[in-house]
Amino acid sequence: MGKERDNMFLDVKGLSISYGDIRAVQNVNFYMEKGELISIIGANGAGKTTIINSLMGLVPVQSGTIIFKGQDITKMPAHKRARIGIRIVPERSRVFPRLTVYENLLTGMYGMKNKVSPEKSILQLYEIFPILKERKNQLASTLSGGEQQQLAIARALVSEPELLLVDEVSTGLMPKLTQEVFSVLETLNKEHQLTILLVEQNAFVSLEISTRGYVLETGQCVLEGPATFLMDNTRIKEVYLGH
Amino acid sequence: MITIGTLIAIQAIAVCGLNVIVGYAGQISLGHAAFFGIGAYTAALFATKAGLSFWASLPIVIAISALIGLLLGLPSIRVREDFLAITTIGINFIVEAIFRYVPFFGGALGIGGIPKIAFYGVRLKGISFFILCLVFLFLVIGLCYWLKKSWASLACYAIREEEQAASTLGISPVKFKLLAFVIGTAIAGIGGSLYAHYMQFISAGDFSFPISVGFLSMLVLGGMGTLWGPVLGTLILGILPEIFRPLVDYRILLYTILLLIMIRFQPGGLLGEGSAMRRIFEPLLRVKR
Repeated sequence: MGKERDNMFLDVKGLSISYGDIRAVQNVNFYMEKGELISIIGANGAGKTTIINSLMGLVPVQSGTIIFKGQDITKMPAHKRARIGIRIVPERSRVFPRLTVYENLLTGMYGMKNKVSPEKSILQLYEIFPILKERKNQLASTLSGGEQQQLAIARALVSEPELLLVDEVSTGLMPKLTQEVFSVLETLNKEHQLTILLVEQNAFVSLEISTRGYVLETGQCVLEGPATFLMDNTRIKEVYLGH
Repeated sequence: MITIGTLIAIQAIAVCGLNVIVGYAGQISLGHAAFFGIGAYTAALFATKAGLSFWASLPIVIAISALIGLLLGLPSIRVREDFLAITTIGINFIVEAIFRYVPFFGGALGIGGIPKIAFYGVRLKGISFFILCLVFLFLVIGLCYWLKKSWASLACYAIREEEQAASTLGISPVKFKLLAFVIGTAIAGIGGSLYAHYMQFISAGDFSFPISVGFLSMLVLGGMGTLWGPVLGTLILGILPEIFRPLVDYRILLYTILLLIMIRFQPGGLLGEGSAMRRIFEPLLRVKR
């Protein structure tokens, strides 16, 4: 890789994470350039969620470094990372059930530097997610799984983040909804130049909209490359795509 | 009557403080009487040893309560739920023991001869002291109302529901939990100061663990996180023992039964979300609007 890695948007080097004696992630390296949409794919227990949580600062890193826009954030707490533009759409959405849709969106506004017009930012999101506008005064717990997922994405977006981490967005969604959510992510990436890191079991759908991908197996990166290359790879086809 | 009313008002202030910690920020505290006591002892010491009036010492009392709340809160909020409950119980016992065994705090004899509060030269007693306590209670409720409406409340709410999710939204859990702890203990300090000046004599036993349990019972009964719940809970648990005087020995037993019933049937408290009282009264309020 002849690229100058110093001015990389996100640069992860030698990342290792353990839960007690169990090593979840072992010496993983990857990078992202601004405006990219990257997928990390792998089976259950491969360490995907662990990686995304470590990027958000929710699990401590054992060794390795995470550099975001030239700043070493390896030891930075989650709420500070949120303030420098990293936001996560957690697995199973984790919206606040007893707050309304609108209030949920307001919580996403919290770390914003300029709280000038929360209303405006939310109105823009209603355009992307019309269902949320319809349900803005409903409690989040009354939304369907797909709607909660959209709310989680919208909540992550109100603060206009620079890097969006998306954890298993397809979990618990029916295929049609999965397609819808992915097309929203694609739009955000293509039209709003949002840098997105997807972590997915559903390899095919996520690689389809990605520029590049990484394949994880038992905590190690076994394959990386452009999305089209990965989709053509016979091993990937066999293992993840079921061809 | 006035005596009971005054004590209820003072306790309601302390319970409002507890509500900020438990109800708003979701941090269980079983040591609130300790902070009530810290306020009372600080006020008592300033009054008897330094000769400061209630008014002059009040800002200092609030500051000291808040500061001790901060110091004890820092390690406490790093632990969660059951552990936090145990830690705060521990704090209660330690604080009580210090009051009881350190001669500076009057030891087992407590501190006596605390003057009543004077207002423009008039000594407040009976009904006027009661009114003063009500004024403070309303100020505290006003503060709680403002807290509920502010940004901090949404942040605290988020932390209570999903701490990790809140942190990914840029909300610092430590900062807000600590903030709630400090505000709650400062309010307890105000209550304690009024208590010391009202009783004119305080001893360590007034701030023991069962008092903390009482505070928490009042809060749970009235409704955690609600604005008026602490007042209602204190009112009910303050009046009940007077009505059932013969049963005074069984008070703790009654509290326990009451708590169990509440948690089983009305976990949000009497004024909580979805409670029977809310269901009955909310439609009426809506018509008025």
